[in-house]
Amino acid sequence: MIRARDLVKKFGDFAAVKSISFEVERGEIFAFLGPNGAGKTTTIKMLTTLLKPTSGSVELDGLDPVSQQSEVRKRFGIVFQDPSLDDELTAYENMDFHGTLYRVPRKLRQERIALLLNLFELWDRRNDPVKQFSGGMKRRLEIARSLLHTPRIIFLDEPTIGLDPQTRNQLWTHVKKLNEEEQVTVFLTTHYMEEAERVAQRIAVIDHGAIVGQGSPDELKRQTNAETLEGAFLALTGSTIRQEDASGLDQMRNMARAWRGSRR
Amino acid sequence: MNAVYVMWIRQLKRYSRSRARIVGSLGQPILFLLGLGFGFGSIYQRAGQGNYIQFLAPGVVAMTVLFSSVFSGIELIWDRQFGFLKETLVAPVPRLAIMIGRTLGGATVAVLQGLIVVIICLIAGFRVTSVGALPMMMVYMILTAILFTAFGTAVASLLSDFQGFQLVMNFLIMPMFFLSGALFPLTNVPRLLEIVATFNPLSYGVDGLRLALIGVGHFGASMDLAVLSALVVIVLILGGYLFSRIQL
Repeated sequence: MIRARDLVKKFGDFAAVKSISFEVERGEIFAFLGPNGAGKTTTIKMLTTLLKPTSGSVELDGLDPVSQQSEVRKRFGIVFQDPSLDDELTAYENMDFHGTLYRVPRKLRQERIALLLNLFELWDRRNDPVKQFSGGMKRRLEIARSLLHTPRIIFLDEPTIGLDPQTRNQLWTHVKKLNEEEQVTVFLTTHYMEEAERVAQRIAVIDHGAIVGQGSPDELKRQTNAETLEGAFLALTGSTIRQEDASGLDQMRNMARAWRGSRR
Repeated sequence: MNAVYVMWIRQLKRYSRSRARIVGSLGQPILFLLGLGFGFGSIYQRAGQGNYIQFLAPGVVAMTVLFSSVFSGIELIWDRQFGFLKETLVAPVPRLAIMIGRTLGGATVAVLQGLIVVIICLIAGFRVTSVGALPMMMVYMILTAILFTAFGTAVASLLSDFQGFQLVMNFLIMPMFFLSGALFPLTNVPRLLEIVATFNPLSYGVDGLRLALIGVGHFGASMDLAVLSALVVIVLILGGYLFSRIQL
């Protein structure tokens, strides 16, 4: 379903991703793990047409994200690391906006929206503006939205960041259910090892832009003689803490957060 | 096409829901109209120029359209910050369609704001020469609105945070407004000011509106229309290009 071969991305002199190769099978849940700044998001951006690889090749459902951008975009749904909803619109309007943008025919669109909002337990709140939603509800809405156009693959980039254990638990239950019912291939990243262990059939660990381990959770543990996946992860990536400069965007987000907080 | 439509309708929905914005953005034009209009009215009259409110009102309408459009365009930074931009940029639609939809949505909002100010001007004592002037007024308002929304979008495509926003407002938008002939006639001004005003896009919007509403103009209708239309095309192309280059 997803195939990356010798994928490289350089920003100037800095190689964010250095020749990585991996494959994700149809219907599989695949976890992509790595410390901050390891190259996870850069890789996702290359898989999802947002960045052009410097060299190497990517295939999604047999298509090339660089030359067949529009076709590829119809085939995946994505939940970004940070929120991407319109807070001023209602949950239903956010869904409807997405459906129209992806040219889902009206009748099907209404059916899918009802189905997904019910599945993610948001139907009762469909006419409330998203700004009234909690973090967990927003996340659920984003996942529901990413599935609206019946994609073959969904990318979940740290979808559980900042959520409480209950919400995280419920979210993964939904994802697993969808994976089984709709046969969606799931490509996820997370910092919570127990989540990866619970939901993912296969895992790749990336560090400093290179893949340092790949296999099922059990295989990774065996390779590193670790008791837990967290142990295996630390054995593969070392225990030094990574420095990641806040980008201008992050700084601005923090400012906005502080500003909005002080108004309340 | 449906991408253009959803982007457009989204802007309108957002606008209709933010009453604070509708009311807030009317404060400035009202202040200008009342403060300057009545404040300078008698001096203007004594200088033999007639009724200042008559002269000023089209300028204030143009100002409203200018600020509202640039703001709508700049709102792109907001969308980028709160993440919504990503949702539109990974969709299987051309970026140009998204940019056009945004621009038309922002321009529609700006025209609506302009119309509200026209009504306020009428209440304040402004009188249009004839009802037949209104279609031409709409044409100038729409052109000005599209021009400056696309301009705002182009600028916002280059900025990644709001720190640059003040710079744009104070060094581009405010001068554009003050040096446009919105507040004073361009006849008999110092040569330098006249040259600056000639190269100021807003001058043509102000001039067109004044020509349509009270039949007094500086550059002439064909000049106003030609300059505005040409600029709309240029800025839309430029904005579309810069928008297509946004990296997330």
